[in-house]
Order: sequence, then C-alpha cells, then structure tokens
Amino acid sequence: MSYNPARPSPETLLKAAKREARGRLKIFLGASPGVGKTYEMLREGADLLGQGKDVVAGVVETHGRAETQSLTTPFEILARKPVEHGKHKLTEFDIDAMLARRPQVALIDEFAHTNAPGSRHPKRWQDVEELRDAGIDVLTTLNIQHIESLNDVVAGFTKVRVRETVPDALLDDADIEVVDLPPDELIERLKDGKVYVPEEASRALSNFFSKANLSALRELALRRAAQTVDRQMLDHVRLTGEPGIWAAGERIVVAIGDQPGGEFLVRATKRLADMMHAPWTALTVETPRSLRLSERAQAQIASALKLAGNMGATLTTVSASNVITGLRAHIAESRATAVVIGKSRRSWWFELRHGSIVDQLVRGNEGIALHVMPLPLPSGDDDRSRASALDTRGVTYGLAMVAVTTGIGIFLQPLLGINAIDLLYLVPVVATATLFGLRASLIASLSGALAYNFFFLPPIHTFTIGDPQNIITFGILTGVGIVAAQLAGRLRREANVGARSSAENAALAAFGQRLAAISDESGTAAVTCSEIASTLNIDTVLLLKKGGKPLIAGAVPEGPSLGPIDLTAADWAFERNELAGRDTATLTASDWQFHPLATSMGVLAVLGIGHGGRGDPLPAEKRVLFATMLGQAALAHERLKLEGEAREMAALKQRDELRATLISSLGHDLKTPLTSVLAAADALAHENTGSKAAETLKAEAQRLARLFDDLVEMTRIEAGALVVRLEATDLTDAVSVAVHDLKATLTAHKIVLDVPVTLPLVQADPRMLHHMLINLLDNAAKFAPPYTEIKLSARREPDRLWLAVLDQGPGLPDDARHDLFGQFARGEGSDSKGGTGLGLAIVKGFGEAMGLKVRALSRADEPGSCFEIIWPLSMIRTVSAEATLV
Amino acid sequence: MMPPILIVDDEMAIRRLVRGALERQDYQCNEAANATEALGLARHPGCELVLLDLGLPDRDGMELIPLLKAMDRAVVVLTARDAVSEKVAALDLGADDYVTKPFDTDELLARVRVAMRHRAGQAIDTKTVIGPIEIDLPARRVTKNGVALHLAPKEFALLAELTRYGGKVLTHRHLLTTIWGEAHATDVEYLRVAMRTLRQKIEIDPSFPALLINEPAIGYRLNIVGNDVLSVTK
Repeated sequence: MSYNPARPSPETLLKAAKREARGRLKIFLGASPGVGKTYEMLREGADLLGQGKDVVAGVVETHGRAETQSLTTPFEILARKPVEHGKHKLTEFDIDAMLARRPQVALIDEFAHTNAPGSRHPKRWQDVEELRDAGIDVLTTLNIQHIESLNDVVAGFTKVRVRETVPDALLDDADIEVVDLPPDELIERLKDGKVYVPEEASRALSNFFSKANLSALRELALRRAAQTVDRQMLDHVRLTGEPGIWAAGERIVVAIGDQPGGEFLVRATKRLADMMHAPWTALTVETPRSLRLSERAQAQIASALKLAGNMGATLTTVSASNVITGLRAHIAESRATAVVIGKSRRSWWFELRHGSIVDQLVRGNEGIALHVMPLPLPSGDDDRSRASALDTRGVTYGLAMVAVTTGIGIFLQPLLGINAIDLLYLVPVVATATLFGLRASLIASLSGALAYNFFFLPPIHTFTIGDPQNIITFGILTGVGIVAAQLAGRLRREANVGARSSAENAALAAFGQRLAAISDESGTAAVTCSEIASTLNIDTVLLLKKGGKPLIAGAVPEGPSLGPIDLTAADWAFERNELAGRDTATLTASDWQFHPLATSMGVLAVLGIGHGGRGDPLPAEKRVLFATMLGQAALAHERLKLEGEAREMAALKQRDELRATLISSLGHDLKTPLTSVLAAADALAHENTGSKAAETLKAEAQRLARLFDDLVEMTRIEAGALVVRLEATDLTDAVSVAVHDLKATLTAHKIVLDVPVTLPLVQADPRMLHHMLINLLDNAAKFAPPYTEIKLSARREPDRLWLAVLDQGPGLPDDARHDLFGQFARGEGSDSKGGTGLGLAIVKGFGEAMGLKVRALSRADEPGSCFEIIWPLSMIRTVSAEATLV
Repeated sequence: MMPPILIVDDEMAIRRLVRGALERQDYQCNEAANATEALGLARHPGCELVLLDLGLPDRDGMELIPLLKAMDRAVVVLTARDAVSEKVAALDLGADDYVTKPFDTDELLARVRVAMRHRAGQAIDTKTVIGPIEIDLPARRVTKNGVALHLAPKEFALLAELTRYGGKVLTHRHLLTTIWGEAHATDVEYLRVAMRTLRQKIEIDPSFPALLINEPAIGYRLNIVGNDVLSVTK
C-alpha cells in the first residue's frame, strides 16, 4: 500500500471538517452519582456566560440540593415539555424549543437519560447529537457505568446493571472532564445525605457505594478519559501529518456467530480496539446453515451486530460454504492482525463431529493474534426448555397411543396370535417419532415394549421375559423409534425451509419481473407497495420527494392517513438515509416504520411499513426477504432515474452536436469562397498598384475569416469540446508570431514589444494562446486611434507571470470590465467598428480552459485599456540551459 | 515539357487565382481537380512541385503525400482544416510546407519559392547566406558579419538541421528526435531553451526573431529567403 502516514488521509480531514462545523460536546464524567458533575457543569456554564457566550440551560437536575440550585440562577432555563405517559404526567427536554432558541451553548444534564415514549428520540444523547448537528455546543454529564463498552465491566463487580447506555463513539470526539472525588469523601457525603439516591433503589445501591467499588469506578473513569485524550491526540497527529509513533495497521475482526453471548464478544472487542487504537470489524459468515437458524439465533446475531455498529465497528457479512472458509477469506482480504472469537462450552461430542473453529483457525492463520473468549452458558430459558415443554405433550400422546394399541391388541389377540401383536406397537412408535421427535418416541417404544411384555408375553402380567427372542423384539422397537424419529425430524425441517424459501424465491422473482416491466414512477411505486404488502402481509406506503416535501406515490391499502409525525419520520429517513418511525431510534411514536430506498444516487424514495399500529411490522424471519425486496425496489427507482437522465442528456447532446456540426461545417464551407475572395483581392491589388479598394477588400476578407474562426471556436468552448494540449511555450515565439500574422491589420499602429527574452517558459496550448493574442491585438487595433501605440508587455512577478496588451484608446467604462468578456458584449461605439465582441469571449474561454486568469482594466499610468493574461506559479517552467545544450 | 508546378484543388476559382498569381511570378502551371488527375499529371517528368489541397472529392489528399514524395516532387499542402494535428501529420508524411486557407497570396508565393529553392539545391553542401549570417555546414562554421560565433553542440545541430532542410518547417518531434534522441521526443522545453540561446547569438533582435521562425504547436523553420516574410518592423 502506498499510504504515507505523514500525510493526513482524506477520512481524517473529513472527520476534522465535520468536527469544525458541528457543535462541540463536553462531557463531565463521574465515577458514580454524587461526585458533583452537575455542579461542575453549571460552573463551567457560568464561566462561558461571563465570557459573553449565549448559554441556555436545557435540562438541569439539581435533585433539590441548595448548593447546586443556587448555581442555576444566572441561566435562562428552557421550559420542559409535558408528556403524557399512561397515568403519569412527565416532563421532558424540549428539543424543538432549544433548536428554535439556538443558543451558542446548551446545558443538558444526564447524557444517558431515556426519554419518555412519544418523544422524538428514545435517548437523550440523540437529542444532543441533533443539537450538535445544528451547530450548538453542549455541556453534559455522564456516569462511567453508562458507557456502553464498560457496562459489562461495571456490572461485573458492582452487581448493578444499568439499562441506559451511551455509545462509545460519542466520547471519541468529545472533550472529557473527569469530576473526581476520593471515595472516602464521597462516602462521607453519602452519609450526610448529600447524594441523591432514588427511594426505591436505595437498598440495591447501598452495596454499590462500597469503598472497593468506588475506587474501581474511579480508576475506570480516569482511564477512560485518558483513552479519549490519547485518541484525540492521535487524530491530531494524523491530521497535522506530524509523524508520530503508533502501531500502524492493527485491524481487529470479531466473528459473530449464532450462539448467545455475541454482545459480550462485541463489548470485549471494543475494549481491545480502544487499547490498540485499531479499527475493528464485526463479521458474520452466511453459510447454507444460516438459513436454517432459529428466529432466536437470528435475532441474537442482529442485536450483536447492531451493538457493534453503535460502538463504531464496521459491519461485514461474507458468504461462504462454511464458517471457517468465510473467516479465513475475510482475514486475508482485510489483512486483519487480530481475531476475536467466542468459544461456547459445547459437548466434546459436538466438537469431535464438527471440529473446533478455534483449532482450525490456529492451524491456518500464522501471524494473527487470536483472542478466544469463553462464552457464558446458555441461560435456562432457551430452546431446550421449549423442547422439554413439547416433550411433555409428546410423551402424553405417545403413552396414550401405546395404551390404545394395547387395548386393540387384547381385542385382536385371539385372531392374530401374540407374535403379530408386537408389530402393532410399531404404529405408536413411528407416529410419535414423526409427530413429536426422538425423546417422545423413545419413551413410546420403551412403554410399548413394557406393555407388550406385561400383557402378551408369557408369563402374562409380569415384567419377566421368559423367551430371549422377546428381548430382540424389545430392541427392534427401540431401534425403529430412533431411526424413524431422526428421519421424520430431518424431513420436517427441510419441508419447512423448502416451502418457505421456494415461496419467497417465487415472490422475489415475480417482484423483479414486474418491476423490470415498468418504466414510470407511479407504476413502480404501485408494484412495490402491492408486492411487499401481499408478500409480507403488512400495510405499505411509498413516498417520493417532490419540491422538498415527501409525497405519497403509492400505498396498500390506498389512501393511508399520514399524520405530521409520520411525515416527519419519512422526511428523516429521506434526509439522513436512516430508519425512522416505529421500533427505530427516531420518532418512535409514528405508526409507520420508514425505510429509505438508498441508491448510489442518494435516497430516491422512502417505504413506510405498518401493521395497523400493532407491534413491529417486521418479524425477524421476514427481514432478509424484506431487505431483498427493498433493495430491488431501490434498484428499480435508480434505473428509472438513470433512464430519465440519460434521455435528457441524449436530447441535450444531440442538440449541441447539431449546432456544433452546423457551425463548424459553415465555417469550413465559407472558407473556400473566402480564399477565392482573398486571392482575387491580391490579384486586383497587383493589377492596380496602390488601389485602396483592393486593400480594403483584402483586410475585410481577412477579418471575415477570423470571425468564422472565432465562431467555430466559440461553439467548441460552449460545447465543452475544447481539447487543451499544454506544452512549454516561449512567450517570445507567441508574441512575435501573433504580431507577424496580424501585420495587415496593425499597419496603422505603432507596435511596441516589451517581452524580455530572459522570461521563463510557461505552460500553454500554443494554438489557443496564439488565437488569444490575435484577438486581443485585433481588439486594440479596433478601438485605439490610428498612430497610437499598442504595447505587448510581459514580466515575471514573485508569484505569477504577467502578459498584457496595452493600448492608448479610450479605456474601459467602469462597469464594462466584467461584461466585456461575455459573449457578444461590445464596448461603446463598437457598432461603427464592426466588432462582435466574440473575440474577447474566446480570449476568456481559452484562458479559462488553460487555467489562466484573464482580466480587462483601464490603464493606471495613462488613458487606455489593459488586457491581462496571468499564469499562476504552477504553470511557470524554469529549465536550466546547461542540461539541454551539451 | 511539363510545367513545373501542379495545382491540385477541386475549386476552379481557387485554381485560377493561384495560377494567376504564380504566373505573374513567371512560374508555369498545370491544374488538376481531383486525386486521380493529380497523380497522372504529377508522374510526368518536369513536374517539380505540387500545391495539394487535402479536401479532394475522390481521395483524402493526405494519402497522396507519400506517393508524390516517392516521385520526388516537392509538396506544399493547402488546407482549410486548421487542426494542428493534421498539419503535423502532413509534415511528418513528408510534405515540405503547408498553407492554411484562406491564405495570403504573398505568403503562398514565399512558401512556393522556398520549396522550389530547396529542390534546386537539394544537397546543400555549400555556404548558406542569410543577411549577415553565413552558415558553412561542412566546415561547421557560423559567422555573423564575418565574426565566428561559438555555438554549443546542440545549438549548432539545431541550426544545421534547419539549414539542411532549407526553410522547410520541421516538427518539434523531428527536431527533438534527431538532436536529443528518441527518449526526448516530447521534451519541447529542451527545444525552446536551445532555440532561445541560439537566437541570442544569431538574431539581430532576439525578442523579435526574423530567422528562426516558430509555427505555434507545430515546429520551427529557418527563414532562408530573408526579410520578405517578416515585413513588420518594430
């Protein structure tokens, strides 16, 4: 890789640019409640007020402490917004009021707070992010245990788990001030009742405030703050390009599997990544087995990935035939240096059959650090408990069937004889196996064997087996039960998956075909809505953006009523390319969930899905199908837009081409007769020496020829069809050739050349520069009175090279300078001189095409005008003579 | 005897006017309206120079250049197309010079004269005299007003190449590859620098050169006929 660490990468610069425009965030970080964070925040706010900043308090929780309360007096305090929540009347931070008030600095206490349902964002930190997006600086407070990646650690030793967490990424670009209080003092304050502890939590919290806990928390807070400073330091070093020392190129991959504990892995990896200052990726491998994962396992993967995304990881999914191949491919491709993987405590039997992924990784990947995390044992409420619930039912049915079979057997015994009766018991065994699985069938076969023994085998009504042949009967019944259960189980699974995926594939294929057949927006919208609605059995609405406002383009059922909050959520999805609405992070009060149709051309439409306001419209097993359909719809919209643009472009291009062809062929065809006219004028002048008429004829024909040239060039400029070929050019050449070529026009003026031969070479397209000089000289000759001086002057200045055509004409009217270079702009009195103004437009067009600056001014030293061509430093070429001459 | 100059153009008016101008200078002329006719007439002995229009009805004039050069005829191209690349291509195919339509009759006559003279003295191994400058190629000697000039090796090579071709336009590529070698075929700045130092030694006014003439984006030629082309004075 040619990445040069001494130069800031584009991403770093972008990050810095974003930081410049956004409001800054300052976090007062405390180890525990009661250390005085709010107090410190208010003090800092007061300092800012003192510096003349506009500071408004959005949320301040004083918990009735007089000391803190007194500090709020200097601030304008924003009224809170009342929110009804069931029977409770709550008040929440009013984000709209703050955005409308738009202060320079906002004080927002308790960063990790969860907003009441119905608020715009579920979390207060999201409110803060929006304030910062609007350019408002925010001061806020946070306790260490609310930081996402430390949540587990803190819960591990305090035994208190908080539900309200804040993503780590937010701390990365914040200023952090640790509000520190030695544990002894804090305990003292606690005893004095100076620390606010909610009544209901006091008992749980009393353990929390032990000295050991507080010391550990304090250390954590200080370490976390130091980490952020380190990271910002690093960003700074990257940004300024100062070479620093850091471990370059560490990349961590965490493999997320379907076993429980994925979130634990993610948090551990985040800590590791922070320590190594390394970017990290959360990887899932999609294998054929993934399709058969239970809903629960899929949800586990999804939530681990979501957490990883929140913590700043890159999310990647690779498809492979098995997990180990996919992992290896990704490790090689991303050049990962460390892999974090969980190891569940599976049975030795499972590992023997499937091979341990860890072992295979160790064997195949040299030079990679492998971090293996033991995963917690599955908790009691997983699949297994549901399986045992099922079993009870299966066992009951199995036993019942055995009882019925026994009854039938007793009834039929006189007809069949006892040796055929044992076959009857196959019926309940196979039936239980197919219907209820292995366990139930084992119990059925056992009880069947026992019943057969008890009721039919001599000695009857005992469990004694007289004949060894009957032991075999017993064994066969059991064996048949096992085999039938396995077969039936596999069949059942495959039938389920097969039925589901073939139905889904058919739906997808039909959707794709219908979309491809449509070439207008409303048709696409209608198909998208109806197909997704019928496939997933939900309500849909598709919105397009017209004139800055989301408009309904299609819906099933038709005519949905979208309230203001729904429209705001739709707009949010449009603007931010994020999910919004029900069960998302934003505007959750909406009945709809809005998904952006993201394409390479931005968000082209937004699809709202709903379930009549009841619950999450999207069950987990339908997510993949929905995402695929959404992707197809997005592609269809992109295709429509591209087709539209291509049509427009083609029409425009055709028109431009037509015009360009017309004019250039006109120019070409007109040159032939002009050649004759010129030659004829020359012949006339030869026959009648000194004839004024012949001279005029010749001069006018030449002017006409130049005009055609100009017209052709102007079309090229306008069509963007100029081909610029820059080469090292000697201004002496350019100026002398231009003067020579225009000698017939310049006879009435005195030409002065002031272009030193010591000037450096410049980058220019010689043909264009020649044309520019011809036009400027022609223009000067047209407007400056005869017998005056036209001067071509050039000089090297410290940061540029300057070339000018100076005349002694009337100069420029003040307001004409800019316009003069517009197409067909003409100076006063130009009608009488036959100018079209096209010449100067070409000077400007060519100059700009070459990257030069062109200006028209009135002369400062004497009356007259001055047309300048300026080369920037980068286009000046200095070549040493020694190197080239020997 | 076949007249020495053949005018090839599909426009009768132009042929007639060019012929008139040439005959006033005592050049005998013949005319062709298309490529087939032109090739037939140019084959006759006595034809020395072809004035060739590139836009012919039956064939691209560009294809005729190598054929005419194979017959050892001088070729001056007449073209209405002012694309630089086309002129360079014509020169690289062997054309002696080009004139862009609409042209100045004096200019055309000057180019014809140069091309004819070049043919007349095909092996220039004697002295070339242009105003005060005397160039003696075999002796590798250049004098100005009788005083010997000290030229750097590349300066001399440049002047010698332009003199050897006697007034013909030599493209940048031609000069760069013959003097600096294939590796420097596009290093135009080498040529510019050498030209500048050479001018300072042989031009009367190096800031308004009269001998070493630039053709923008195409190349250089030596003005061996003297001052009749550059009539503008400072």
